[in-house]
Amino acid sequence: MDDPTIHKKLLDLLVELAPEFAAEDIDLDEDLRDQLDIDSMDLQQLAGRIDDVFGVDIPEAERVELSTARSLIDYLQKRHGTTG
Amino acid sequence: MADFLMPSLGADMERGILSEWLVKPGQTVNKGDLIAVVETDKGAIEVEVWDSGVVDRLWVEAGAEVPVGTPLAHIREEGAPVEHAPAAAPVQIPEAAGVAAPVQAAAPPPQARSAPSSSTGGGVSPWARSLAAERGVDLSGLTGTGPGGAIVGRDVPERPVPKDPLQGMRRAVARAMEKSKREIPHYYLSTEVDLTDTLAWLAQFNADLPARQRVLPIVLWLKAIALAVHEVPEVNGFWREGALTLSEAVHLGVAVSLRGGGLVAPALHDVDDTPLPELVAGLADVVTRARRGRLRGSEMMDATLTVTSMGDRGVERVDGVIYPPQVGIVGVGRATERAWVVDGAVAVRTVTTLTFAGDHRAHDGHKGGLFLSAIAKHITHPEDL
Amino acid sequence: MSTVTYREAVRMALRESMTADERVFLMGEDVGRYGGSYACSMGLLEEFGEERIRDTPLSESGFVGAGIGAALVGMRPIVEVMTVNFSLLALDQIINNAATLRHMSGGQVSVPVVIRMSTGAGKQLAAQHSHSWEGFYTHVPGLKVCSPATVVDARGMLLAALDDPDPVVIFEHAGLYNRKGEMPEPPPSVDLRTARVAREGTDITLITHGGCLWRTLEAAETLAEQGVSAEVLDLRMLRPLDWATVHQSIAKTHRAVVVDEGWKSWGFSAEVSARIAEESFWMLDAPVRRVAGVEVPIPYATHLEKASIPQPADVVRGALEVVGRG
Repeated sequence: MDDPTIHKKLLDLLVELAPEFAAEDIDLDEDLRDQLDIDSMDLQQLAGRIDDVFGVDIPEAERVELSTARSLIDYLQKRHGTTG
Repeated sequence: MADFLMPSLGADMERGILSEWLVKPGQTVNKGDLIAVVETDKGAIEVEVWDSGVVDRLWVEAGAEVPVGTPLAHIREEGAPVEHAPAAAPVQIPEAAGVAAPVQAAAPPPQARSAPSSSTGGGVSPWARSLAAERGVDLSGLTGTGPGGAIVGRDVPERPVPKDPLQGMRRAVARAMEKSKREIPHYYLSTEVDLTDTLAWLAQFNADLPARQRVLPIVLWLKAIALAVHEVPEVNGFWREGALTLSEAVHLGVAVSLRGGGLVAPALHDVDDTPLPELVAGLADVVTRARRGRLRGSEMMDATLTVTSMGDRGVERVDGVIYPPQVGIVGVGRATERAWVVDGAVAVRTVTTLTFAGDHRAHDGHKGGLFLSAIAKHITHPEDL
Repeated sequence: MSTVTYREAVRMALRESMTADERVFLMGEDVGRYGGSYACSMGLLEEFGEERIRDTPLSESGFVGAGIGAALVGMRPIVEVMTVNFSLLALDQIINNAATLRHMSGGQVSVPVVIRMSTGAGKQLAAQHSHSWEGFYTHVPGLKVCSPATVVDARGMLLAALDDPDPVVIFEHAGLYNRKGEMPEPPPSVDLRTARVAREGTDITLITHGGCLWRTLEAAETLAEQGVSAEVLDLRMLRPLDWATVHQSIAKTHRAVVVDEGWKSWGFSAEVSARIAEESFWMLDAPVRRVAGVEVPIPYATHLEKASIPQPADVVRGALEVVGRG
């Protein structure tokens, strides 16, 4: 999956959690919980969905550091990028 | 063999709309199967049937609004003769005008009252109807300024006004909270719980688990609370007509906030008896369906004790409001790092403020205090949960 | 442009038609020596002679029948029935002969008769002499029914009627004869098909004809002061009625009031209401209202007579109720 696709798909997953947001309105650097009004259950759901879509299971220790959209995208691009 | 009645899905529910049948006449159902979707103030609730048998006749058409207790369908035992009229008489509510009542004899499904009439009681002019249809505006929300309160052309807005989807829910929550504060003499207790070791255990426990199976702290709390009920059963039951009825089962109501506002507290059944992995899946499922507005009747009605948690983003302390007819509510605040005394020295520990609001008619502070202590004990021994 | 009275406009048409076509003649009670009970034919006996201006006996059935007979053999009679009230005596002739002979003869004959009648109330002529029988006459297939309200139509409709090969009944409201109006020069010809928008408006359509037109226009002025923009339709033709113009107006305003001097029930305004319900239903924002004669024989006393037929205030009140401000 190439980088732009990862970017788009991650934002789509965020919109799944917060349907009243449009993908282009999500601030990549703002804390997701504040911005989208989501809680830990939502984040767990997101982690599950990331596994579904990207095949990446983010270990809990690493996941708690990824609090912004950008950090998630960077992480996924590193771990999953360019392998198609 | 029995009639399936319009269920009461809340303390002050008087009527509901049968929005969808999930079975057909002739279909065999087993106890617990979903039989219909009922629209209430709290959203669309999937209702289970409590009898097994064959669905005989559907008395009420989809879309009909009827009082609680109205026979909706007949379930006969396999092999029993076909029924022609409902056995139970429909419940009449005094102020309900124009409400459908099932017809005698082998008649087609009775005339159901159509979509809620306009708030005016007057008519709607043909022109207004044309405009509304053209603009996609829902007539039922409009106020009429025409003769006799009729809705006329000028009353139809250019664009549909987005209806507040949570209006009904807000009303329902308001009613429940008013009733609670009016009738239940609340007493309040709290304790602080050092969660540091529990959270460390949890991190270990979750380390090798895939995301969806990881246990969130709230799941530990639910199990701990459910087990604590065994030690202080008085907090788990219902206050009705001046007396406390204890519940054998521990069905914890979990307060779930909905996007855009609104609050439901659907029940997780038999939490004391459910292993953690199942609790994780069960909670995720209930929360998802709550947020999508597809809860089941049993989830709406069965909670014996409610838990409200601030999660990781909320405030440090929450004192809940008891949902009648329950007799208690547990509040779990946000875990924060605090200066704490451990073994005579000050250390930084992760601490949560745990509260309990109890119905003073059902039990007193002593019991409440014992309950909180029991919860604290269980939560600090997570390996036993 | 010149200012003429309604009666002068009628006289213009009488004179013009008799001058242009020797088949045209006028017959009726007091049309000759007396100059017409409403003075419409004043001076015409002297101008055209006894063969063309014929005084008849007091025998409506007889002289209307004679007129029909004259029309059958190729003349173009204008039969003046003094008032519509007396026409009741000639109904058999008008309905069973004039309206029906073309049909019954399979088209072999036609009856090009023009029957002029004064109509309406307001002159203290009491119950037997104050009728509005537009409802009766419009009910009959085979008749054309005109209701000129303006001087232009008073002249023009009579001329157009004389060109029509079939019977035409013209209702002239007695209260209009003295009314002055502007007659363009040269005077225009008019059709016997269309309704006219006498006043444009957007909030409500007031549908009327003949003597009620001017009262309705007055009401529209009052309504405008109260912020209601009324469109006034002068129907002109009662049968056939220009439903297209009615429909078009209601499509714009979504509300209608029918104003007619005849009794409300079972009459002319009832037909207009029914047709609007049939053809303009989906555009209506309010029920169609009728402002019409009170269901009583027309009283003799002035104040009671006034109260029994539509007045501007009645039209205003009716319109405000329909608009939702009554």
